[in-house]
Amino acid sequence: MSEIKNTILDYVKKEYLEEDDDREISFDTPLISGGIVDSFSMVSLKRFLETKFTIQIPDAKASPEAFDSVDNIIRLLEEFNIR
Amino acid sequence: MAFNNDIRNVYQKELADIRAAGIFKEERVICSPQDSEIDVEFPAGASRKHVINMCANNYLGLSSHPDVVEAARKGLDSRGYGMSSVRFICGTQDIHKELEGKLSKFLGCEDTILFPSCMDANAGVFEAVLNEQDVMISDRLVHASIVDGMRLCKAKTDTFKHSDMGHLEEKLQLHAEARVKLIITDGAFSMDGDLARLDQVVTLAEKYNALVFVDDSHASGFIGKTGRGTHEHCGVLGKIDIITTTLGKALGGASGGCVSGRRELVEMCRQKARPYLFSNTIPPVVVSGAIAVLDIISKTTERRDKLERNTAFWRKGLTEAGLIIKEGETPIVPVMLFNAKLSQAFANELYGEGIYAVGFFFPVVAKGQARIRTQLSAAHEMHHLEKALDAFTKVGRKFDILHKTKQEIIDQYGM
Repeated sequence: MSEIKNTILDYVKKEYLEEDDDREISFDTPLISGGIVDSFSMVSLKRFLETKFTIQIPDAKASPEAFDSVDNIIRLLEEFNIR
Repeated sequence: MAFNNDIRNVYQKELADIRAAGIFKEERVICSPQDSEIDVEFPAGASRKHVINMCANNYLGLSSHPDVVEAARKGLDSRGYGMSSVRFICGTQDIHKELEGKLSKFLGCEDTILFPSCMDANAGVFEAVLNEQDVMISDRLVHASIVDGMRLCKAKTDTFKHSDMGHLEEKLQLHAEARVKLIITDGAFSMDGDLARLDQVVTLAEKYNALVFVDDSHASGFIGKTGRGTHEHCGVLGKIDIITTTLGKALGGASGGCVSGRRELVEMCRQKARPYLFSNTIPPVVVSGAIAVLDIISKTTERRDKLERNTAFWRKGLTEAGLIIKEGETPIVPVMLFNAKLSQAFANELYGEGIYAVGFFFPVVAKGQARIRTQLSAAHEMHHLEKALDAFTKVGRKFDILHKTKQEIIDQYGM
């Protein structure tokens, strides 16, 4: 599980932080409510998870709450039996 | 009465919270026409002060130009004050069609539709031309009006890091299956004053079969050798599918905006864009003034050339004085102070020296990126800029930030 968590965290840092952005992001950092990921950019995260773990996340489950931290995303993935 | 004390308290508390957060916006009252020198009453009730204006979007100095004022007056006499109608009922005059034609020619586009503002153009255009089969891929620093317009549209959204062409290419690959892929960017970015890499954007658009949208509000009239905009500067005239721009900045500064671009896309806006369909036509007086503006800048590049010289002088002067500016070539020149309170104190001191400029800080810009955004105008004469430069140097010395690095300023004042 920690490997999956780190993979997602690495993706979030690479995808959403600019090079000179020195904000620290950890597993429980609020991503959407914290202003790191805006609602327009969530689609990349969803597509990344779908491709990486070969799943289809229905739009209804891809809510801002479900994507609001790496910990939340892990809980979402557990629904797809990814642990 | 529904607006009882309980409800009033709700809003009073919300306003108090905005004040407590230090982001309460106050209007500065100007008691003269817009120009390089203005009379300002600030704070409210204070005596009027005659100051040099370093923060207007009056890039070409045409907001109070006598030829524009005269043309507007003639328009008022010949076509009246208002039309009391939206465009498609009984609000389209000959001069509206004339202005749309002149804008198409000036911007190098197939067709143009006027909107009450560029905010309205951006609010309406995406919903009019895209649907759920499409995707909008926007630069992460686009203007707020574009963000609002995207929210109103059913197409999918994605973003790319500011001016990062590699990241944009990844996104074009990711959304390869979309019916229409629309790349969305500002031409000149209003807070940093940098220009989009439109040549590279167009190359990627051609490679991945995407369309390109540019909001050129901070460029139309003066960027590019003949002032056509960022697309002229980048050598891609005729290759931008949708340009939105404003008549409220360089092009006379009154109000109004437009969508220019491919004929079919403009026609879709005439059929479906809600701010066009459901708000009043631009008043004849503004249309007449804007026509005069386009005539002036189509005849000669004198004003944009002067603006370019003023910009070069100002950028060089600030740098030599030891202030940190955002590098670039546009007349938007941010003086970086990094700390929010310092930006406010610096602006207040400048005002005391007779220079009117405004400090910007979070949430308008990122935390730790507070600045004073200066904007040049063709209405500035050398003596204005010399006086402003003296004031920036004097105030910079007072705060002991001249010839200091970013880190030294942050160490001194905090983020």
